[in-house]
Amino acid sequence: MYTQALDVPQQNPDKGPRAVENPEYQAEFDAKIDAGGYIEAKDWMPEAYRKTLVRQISQHAHSEIVGMLPEGNWITRAPTLKRKAILLAKVQDEGGHGLYLYAAAETLGVSRDELLEALHTGRAKYSSIFNYPTLTWADIGVIGWLVDGAAIMNQIPLCKCSYGPYARAMVRICKEESFHQRQGYDLLLAMMKGTQEQREMVQDAVNRWWWPSIMMFGPHDKDSPNSAQSSRWGIKRISNDDLRQKFVDATVEQAKVLGVTMPDPELKWNAERGHHDFGAIDWDEFWNVVNGHGQGNVDRLAARVKAWEDGAWVREAALEHERKRAAREHQAA
Amino acid sequence: MTTPNPAHIEYVTRLGDNALILGQRMSEWCGYAPVLEEDMALANMSLDLIGQARMLLTRVGQLEGKGRDEDQLAFLRTEMLYRNLTLCELPNADFGRTMVRNFLFASFQVLMWERLLASSDTELAAIAAKSIKEARYHAQHAGDWVVRLGDGTSESHERTQAALDYLWPYTAEFFAATPSDEAVAAAGIGPAWSELEAAWEAVVVPVLNEATLTVPARTPFKSYGKFGRHSEHLGHLLSEMQYLQRTYPGAQW
Repeated sequence: MYTQALDVPQQNPDKGPRAVENPEYQAEFDAKIDAGGYIEAKDWMPEAYRKTLVRQISQHAHSEIVGMLPEGNWITRAPTLKRKAILLAKVQDEGGHGLYLYAAAETLGVSRDELLEALHTGRAKYSSIFNYPTLTWADIGVIGWLVDGAAIMNQIPLCKCSYGPYARAMVRICKEESFHQRQGYDLLLAMMKGTQEQREMVQDAVNRWWWPSIMMFGPHDKDSPNSAQSSRWGIKRISNDDLRQKFVDATVEQAKVLGVTMPDPELKWNAERGHHDFGAIDWDEFWNVVNGHGQGNVDRLAARVKAWEDGAWVREAALEHERKRAAREHQAA
Repeated sequence: MTTPNPAHIEYVTRLGDNALILGQRMSEWCGYAPVLEEDMALANMSLDLIGQARMLLTRVGQLEGKGRDEDQLAFLRTEMLYRNLTLCELPNADFGRTMVRNFLFASFQVLMWERLLASSDTELAAIAAKSIKEARYHAQHAGDWVVRLGDGTSESHERTQAALDYLWPYTAEFFAATPSDEAVAAAGIGPAWSELEAAWEAVVVPVLNEATLTVPARTPFKSYGKFGRHSEHLGHLLSEMQYLQRTYPGAQW
């Protein structure tokens, strides 16, 4: 899963690309980008491009691993063994996405430990969607349908982003995400065919997740500080508002099939535009959640930090064992 | 359909409940492991065990012929009707105890699946053929960790020795005879549990030695999970696992 990563300003925002560091290399780089080619790890790249990618890819990786928590919340309570297996496999996939993404970030000269340190100390962000609680089993379906659905809209353009290792990781991630989305929708279809209580549970979950899902596309284009440069670099291919509109148009139809309504009285088809109109987004809420002014953020980070600290003795033991083993081999040789 | 054989049903129930309860325990790690690779490995092993449980409980349902499916067996039985080994239901505690338990249990499972490949219950033999590869991987994975942790830092050694001391007494239950053992062995369904003890020790002890751990002496302690008398922990595990099925009886998910 993934969200508005690129559009979230850092504590110390880059000032944009620095003055050309090497005019000859820069020209080659620009030409490659303009021709729609891929930049590879060994290629020269402007420092600001590298930093932007590290920020975006690591935020994406962090989102995957923090995202394991809200869904993991229901693994032990899944209602059938089949659903339990599906959810476990899904959360495991998210861990896998985290791994590919940390590996992609490592090609840019940062280590996974450094990136985790930035997450644990609150310097790095992750997708704010994962700060919301998962209150009922229906949340698991709605996350698959809406949150993964929004993630896919965001991610498909990244499969063609200019940085090769990231683009390739995204191809695999997108395939798995669309599988997750179908599974989430299937879970909801089953519940909607069930009892009145189950249908109410689904509607309640849609009510809670709809607006946060819409917000996953980030600020409006006019308020999106990093977008222009990222478009220039071929990291961002489609604007926030265009992606959001595409998502709304697709989801409204799926909601009809499911038999739920979206919690937005202004949501209606506009024949003139050929799109759905929708109500104003509460950006105060968005920025509050993004900036971590919420107990959800406190709890999620604390859970990650605790897991990391509780595991310290295990990581140390593995290193020490390796050192002992190497020493013994050396002695035997 | 032939008359249900209670000994056969009970035997397969034990196998299925072991897989289900340990699978449930292992799934609790998802998102909380010491490194991301282990989050994935533990989720994967939990998935293997839940997959085994689904096949085994489905087989139990077929054998009893009362129309119960895997979910009715998993979610609508009370703790006294569960037949898993007590070891499988104990809380995970730290990563060390989790790995020691996985190693002790997976090593037992490997030996059991090996014997069940030749079961006169052909369904069970097919389940064994699929599951044995998984169990071998689990035993290898956990055994590697037991060695790393036992022969790692002084802290990891202490923790791992404490885990072994805590868990070891529960392993006696693996091999405790049950009244139906003879009937099951005679029908060629599977080995009597006690038949596996020597082979298990022969596999487990060298790894514990390599891990520089001291193998505890046997004590008079006995646990009885496989007879339906469990620790206090199983009730809590089931109340969490069975929550939705119990709260919304008859609902389809």
